[in-house]
Amino acid sequence: MDHDQQVIIGLEIHCQLKTKTKLFCGCSADFQGAPPNTHCCPICLGLPGAMPRLNKQAVIYALKVAKALNLEVPEYSEFSRKNYFYPDLPKAYQISQYDKPIAEKGYLEIEDDEGHTKIVRITRIHLEEDPGRLVHKTGRDRAGYSLVDYNRSSIPLIEIVTEPDLRSPKEARRFLNKLRSTLEYLEVFDGEREGSIRVDANISIKGHNRVECKNISSYKGVEKALNFEITRQRNLIRRGQYITRETRHFMEGRGITTSSRSKEEENDYRYFPEPDLRPLRVRSWLDDVELPELPDARRDRFMRDYGISVNHARTLTGDLKVANFYEQIAGVDPKLAATWVADILLGELNYRSMKIDQVPPINIGDLIALIRDDAITDKSGVEVMRTMLDHCLNDEDCPMPADIVEETGLAKVKGGEFDAIIASVVEANPQAVSDYLAGKKGALNFLVGQVMKETRGRADPKVLNAQMSTYLDTLEV
Amino acid sequence: MVNESDVEIIAKLADISISKDELGAFTSQFNEILEYFDILDQVPPGEEGMPDLENVLREDVVTPSLSQEEATANAGETEDGFIRAPKVM
Amino acid sequence: MEGGYIFDEKDRHNAFISTLDLALFETNGGPLEGIAVAVKDNISTAGMPTTCASRILEGYVPPYDAHVVTLLRQAGAAIVGKTNMDEFGMGTTTENSAFGPTTNPVDPGRVPGGSSGGSAAAVASGMVDMALGSDTGGSIRCPAAFCGVVGLKPTFGRVSRYGLIAYSNSLEQIGPLGKTVTDVNTLMSVIAGPDARDSTTYDRPYDHTPDPDVKGLRIAVPEEFFGEGVDPAVSAKVQNAIATLEGLGAETIECSIPSMTYALAAYYVTCTSEASSNLARFDGVRYGPEVPAVRSWHDEFKTYRGERFGKEVQRRILLGTFALSAGYYGKYYAKAQVARENVRRDFIRVLKDTDVIAGPTMPSIAFHLGEKSDPLSMYLADILTVPANLAGVPAISVPCGTVDRMPVGLQIIGPHFADEKVMDVAYAFEQEVA
Ligand SMILES: [Zn+2]
Repeated sequence: MDHDQQVIIGLEIHCQLKTKTKLFCGCSADFQGAPPNTHCCPICLGLPGAMPRLNKQAVIYALKVAKALNLEVPEYSEFSRKNYFYPDLPKAYQISQYDKPIAEKGYLEIEDDEGHTKIVRITRIHLEEDPGRLVHKTGRDRAGYSLVDYNRSSIPLIEIVTEPDLRSPKEARRFLNKLRSTLEYLEVFDGEREGSIRVDANISIKGHNRVECKNISSYKGVEKALNFEITRQRNLIRRGQYITRETRHFMEGRGITTSSRSKEEENDYRYFPEPDLRPLRVRSWLDDVELPELPDARRDRFMRDYGISVNHARTLTGDLKVANFYEQIAGVDPKLAATWVADILLGELNYRSMKIDQVPPINIGDLIALIRDDAITDKSGVEVMRTMLDHCLNDEDCPMPADIVEETGLAKVKGGEFDAIIASVVEANPQAVSDYLAGKKGALNFLVGQVMKETRGRADPKVLNAQMSTYLDTLEV
Repeated sequence: MVNESDVEIIAKLADISISKDELGAFTSQFNEILEYFDILDQVPPGEEGMPDLENVLREDVVTPSLSQEEATANAGETEDGFIRAPKVM
Repeated sequence: MEGGYIFDEKDRHNAFISTLDLALFETNGGPLEGIAVAVKDNISTAGMPTTCASRILEGYVPPYDAHVVTLLRQAGAAIVGKTNMDEFGMGTTTENSAFGPTTNPVDPGRVPGGSSGGSAAAVASGMVDMALGSDTGGSIRCPAAFCGVVGLKPTFGRVSRYGLIAYSNSLEQIGPLGKTVTDVNTLMSVIAGPDARDSTTYDRPYDHTPDPDVKGLRIAVPEEFFGEGVDPAVSAKVQNAIATLEGLGAETIECSIPSMTYALAAYYVTCTSEASSNLARFDGVRYGPEVPAVRSWHDEFKTYRGERFGKEVQRRILLGTFALSAGYYGKYYAKAQVARENVRRDFIRVLKDTDVIAGPTMPSIAFHLGEKSDPLSMYLADILTVPANLAGVPAISVPCGTVDRMPVGLQIIGPHFADEKVMDVAYAFEQEVA
């Protein structure tokens, strides 16, 4: 890559914390699927006279994140008001943290594009409340209006700000994946909740102005938005044009960013300390914060304890649920289980948009046992898995692999049955047999293929190859 | 000193419309008051105060919310439990 | 069991914004059982309109009671109505009300003071025995002084602000007004104490019987309270009152509070800054008169706020917006906080060697209606009351005679949490001159 075209990326990530209640009131934070404005009280509705009350658990979660990301906790931190007008912001200010965040100066290790360990510096993390949710309507009698639901209002968020240390969209994606798995390991975050992560990305080409991309709400979106921006910015530079320092919005559906000249962006937020909350002095609380085993440690342990490859270990530990799933079945055969979960099961789940917790580990464990015990071939194993997942997907009882094998006759072809099939294929294909005997070794593949067809993959190809040659060689004599 | 267009910018930031007739009076009152505030320039350097209460926190325990009816009772118009607001553009 | 309190007094002074003909109360033997209490209209009352004397909150009925209202009800009080005030507490005369000015019961041609003018007038005219006000920069003590009643601004954090519609959170406190120190003391004992819903409250309940013994009491008399801008006739009355306390065995110590030079500017920068943020939420969406949804958000909102906020409120919102804006924060807001801290330290220093500070509550007697039209000259009238708010210390105003037949207030300021002490001094004086 042309060194002058060096890409510089920094991220601001907003993650929902998994508390039971909101950040500043006792309303339940579990509002998914609830009717609008049913998880609201005077505080999160911003009714006149209501005052915020800080959730201790959110502070503890933030400290957990701080410790895991190697951040320093200052002696004092405090909350500030970020003032701006928006209909989903009931107080017309967001209670956030400004010049005294809960933690500063940390880092997270990821792999760069060459597979080397890389340190991404974290500038700060802070706590803040989420606004409500707006639904835009177009009416016949009006030019259009908005509908507001305040259930989301005051949901606790943690904002994580990185230094501009990322060098490619892929790296940014890897950083986010690593961050997500770390937060999930900490059990402070549920990545599966709708809107649980939102990203603003700062991106520039070295020597040119920085552009902020807002409104990215998925992991894939980050890579897409960044790729789009890099192409856009490089094209401008190639044409000798100037890159405007601006905020752009990512349109998830169209995969593009558009310039947003809305008033909000030019806003002067007029931060000042929130007078209704008292400062935090929680540095000493860090000593009591216990960290669980984090993804890197678990990866190393998997390699050590199960003897699996670094790639398998990384894939399996990248997601807390997958790692837990794997450990439940590793006893069957650690290497075989790693291969089947990392290389096959995850792909099949993804294809069906299924989550790993929709499959009972025992079913996959039993499947791996069948393969280990040579009862079915790998090919049949995949087929059994697919059949099983299709049933799970339809919310039926997940059938046991042995039953599927039984029902579909996928048991490995062995002994007499095997010999009989070989004999019948040989008999049915005299031309191929004579070709083989005449020294055209390629004819063997054809004959093996015919047997595979007959047995629908139930035959072990290696065994079949050997047996077929032996059989044909017998004919020759 | 601020002039009328400064006051207009502040009014925009505060989302309050000030009519043209009022603008002149507002501006001169503003200047009179800001001139008085200038006395703060002479405040000797010092520290801001710190409240003596710290770590005032509540436990993460769910308390009852208002009903949808109560939450929207003071709103002008509602639609399917949502509160209606002007469009954002 | 509940009793009823018929409240049909004619409101000659426009002291009330809303009243209940029949105010129910709990007959549980509480300290306020069956006593008529008026509540300032910026304190939330479930089921009763709470307007802050603003057109922007017309028709707003809170779904919850302020903490102090809950405590009043538990104590058996009959809440008979909501009193008039300067819109959102922004004023010194109660002329800035969307419901018209309250007049002074002593002389209806004059203002009752503000911003809790309705509460003071309701007490002074005998409509109620006691009332709640709120004091951000003198809003309880000023009308108490102008109307000739007693009013206490408690130590910051001693009374919960939960449910008080915020004007300037870091400065204001809810407090009692009454005809006598004893009434004010009783009401204070009901409303004070910690509240988990207000993170700034202290666990300092108030349970006190006023003690009139002031022998050996050391009273600081700061020169700044008798300086330029203070009506000499008012000064003389207050000096007399201090002499009365000396006669009862107190000693006086002259002192100086140099930081008071910056107090008024620090106060106005702080309160307008906080107000600009607090009042931004009034948009007619969740409550208040409905905002039309025809034009875009900013257009509708701008017009709505331009039409529904009074001029003084608009002025203060703009001042505060300016003081917090990029490029001016350091010059105004940050500097004001330093000045404020200096005031706090000065008060702590003076009150380390003395028990209380004494001086006039207001630099003059009540103005004539419409007399003060220039905003800055109006602000200057708060010069003697704002320091206690900046410092967070308790201060009481007790009547100490008249000038031109209008009441004058003696202000007693104590150290943090010495609400009991300022009550004692006021009681001693009241009992002596009664
Ligand atoms: Zn709530």
